[in-house]
Amino acid sequence: MPHVTRKWELFPGRNIFCCDGRVMMAPQTSVFYVTVCLIAGTSGLFFAFDCPFLATNITPAIPVIGGLLFIFVMSTLFRTSFSDPGVIPRATPDEAAYIEKQIEVPNNDNSPTYRPPPRTKEVLVKGQPVKLKYCFTCKIFRPPRASHCSLCDNCVERFDHHCPWVGNCVGRRNYRYFYAFIVSLAFLCVFIFACAITHLIMLTRDNIAFLDAVKVSPGSVVVGVVCFFSVWSILGLAGFHTYLTTSNQTTNEDIKGSFTSKRGQESFNPYSQGNVCGNCFYVLCGPAPPSLIDRRGIVTPEYRAEQERGGDENVIVNNKTYGTVKTVQPQLNGIGVFTNPSNEVSGSINNLSTAQHSPSQGRRIESINGSTTNSVSQLVSNEIPLASLSLMPLDIDEVAPLPSRQNTSSIDTSIIPPVAVTTPLSASRLRLLQDTTMIESALDLDSLEEASVGRGSQAGLIKLGAV
Amino acid sequence: MANATNLPLSHLDSFPKYQHSKNQGNHAALTPLEDMSSGRGQAGGGLPQNCLKVFIQRDYSEGTMVKFQTRFPSELGGRLDSQLFEYTINQLNNYFAEAERASCSTYCEGCLACLTGYLIYICTETHYEKCLRKVAKFVSEQNDRVYRPRGLLLTDPTTRGLRLIEISVLDRPAS
Repeated sequence: MPHVTRKWELFPGRNIFCCDGRVMMAPQTSVFYVTVCLIAGTSGLFFAFDCPFLATNITPAIPVIGGLLFIFVMSTLFRTSFSDPGVIPRATPDEAAYIEKQIEVPNNDNSPTYRPPPRTKEVLVKGQPVKLKYCFTCKIFRPPRASHCSLCDNCVERFDHHCPWVGNCVGRRNYRYFYAFIVSLAFLCVFIFACAITHLIMLTRDNIAFLDAVKVSPGSVVVGVVCFFSVWSILGLAGFHTYLTTSNQTTNEDIKGSFTSKRGQESFNPYSQGNVCGNCFYVLCGPAPPSLIDRRGIVTPEYRAEQERGGDENVIVNNKTYGTVKTVQPQLNGIGVFTNPSNEVSGSINNLSTAQHSPSQGRRIESINGSTTNSVSQLVSNEIPLASLSLMPLDIDEVAPLPSRQNTSSIDTSIIPPVAVTTPLSASRLRLLQDTTMIESALDLDSLEEASVGRGSQAGLIKLGAV
Repeated sequence: MANATNLPLSHLDSFPKYQHSKNQGNHAALTPLEDMSSGRGQAGGGLPQNCLKVFIQRDYSEGTMVKFQTRFPSELGGRLDSQLFEYTINQLNNYFAEAERASCSTYCEGCLACLTGYLIYICTETHYEKCLRKVAKFVSEQNDRVYRPRGLLLTDPTTRGLRLIEISVLDRPAS
């Protein structure tokens, strides 16, 4: 039988697929195996050491309940890890070109600065203004509540967070599985912990010293220790997600404080069903949205042609290049900040640097060094609100120290638009923050620019009216 | 290109009925997933390329449920009656509203799935998927009855991630 190419083989994100596209996971799965081993190992020890004793001395219901809980936990875990979290397929080339055309700004040829098209648009959701951001990778305006996961390189609907423990993003499609997993795991953990402690106590009651009891049942001690240390975080997480579920929020929105009233503006959650029960039911038992990426669909020649057309790194519309920029990298003096050219940060650099060098527009052509310094500093000025994460302010020269190049290259610094650099957070710091905390995807760093709107960032230049 | 996708139109009047009964037969034979991919309303060959495309965007004013804007795009003026267009979009909106409605039966379905540890999804189809199949059928029927005779082609929004409805104007080149 000839090999049939299915759509998952051409999938543009970084996910990995198994079983001919039936299983879909994040690119890094090592922590997921740790989770599976921890749960299976601890439960195995519990069934081997504690269950026989407790079944004969207390009630045979204990192994039955334990077994059912264990099966439920594992099935929800695999369901969370292996299903599509709600990936939004990327725009077709035609659609991308259409969007570029829609957001085109009429530029005055006499004006010294080129105005890039706006990268956000505002819509009203139940009367509440919501900002839709343009995704440079997927070439779409992200729907409300969606966010781009930089680890999987996809936009995910109702993005909650990227969970390395389950080895997948948690989004609209698998949040209910995730919640069921967390809650059942909390129950299992408490149950096993209680059983192991009971076992040890019952052993020591028969006038055996504690050390001898440990020798009789060493597994119980291991189980007890593992459960003791994990139960707190699991209970905390279950409580947190219960709170989120009752208010129909996502972790992403909660961290960003999307619905907290700020600057005197009244703000509410427009997606809430209105009451606690309604939210719980809707999130956990509501209609189950289908997967939109059709992983197991068969690739037709037309589909392949379209993918290849859109697969070019850059979509060139009206002589402006959008996409990834590799040219920017060498100028960063080997800091290696933007190791991944297709992630969000470089996307915004690209936007900014295309603003600087667009030779076909008949404006100034600067040396690449000049424009890069400029665009990097613009980038940092756009990311200023990140400084509110209480990180050390860092001078821009640490990122792009180019003083010696200045006199060799013919840059007229006077034509570079002045850029207000106040307490910038350098790109390398940003990377460090992301690497150490892994919080990048949950925070959705590129969308924290709300406060910079008034500072001349391109986001604030023009807003498309609510459509 | 345009010629290749313009089908002879004489048989179209009798076509939808015939296709309707044929589809019913197919559904029984195919597994849900294969059926989904084949039933997405692109019966007349592949998607046209290099032609003018009109995009109907989502309307988020009532939340994140799937709803499309009913404003008539000016590019289609002269080719399509705005009432026919509105009928199509409203009908699609109704199908999606039905799919996402938080009714008692969907809640029961969700609770039952949860009780079985979501293992039931391996063998059954959700209410939403059934509605999507109705959408695919409706799109292909509208294409045959309304759009293709006018040189237009409606694309099933499911193939575009429910982000938009794509209407291709087959005999006009991309601007």
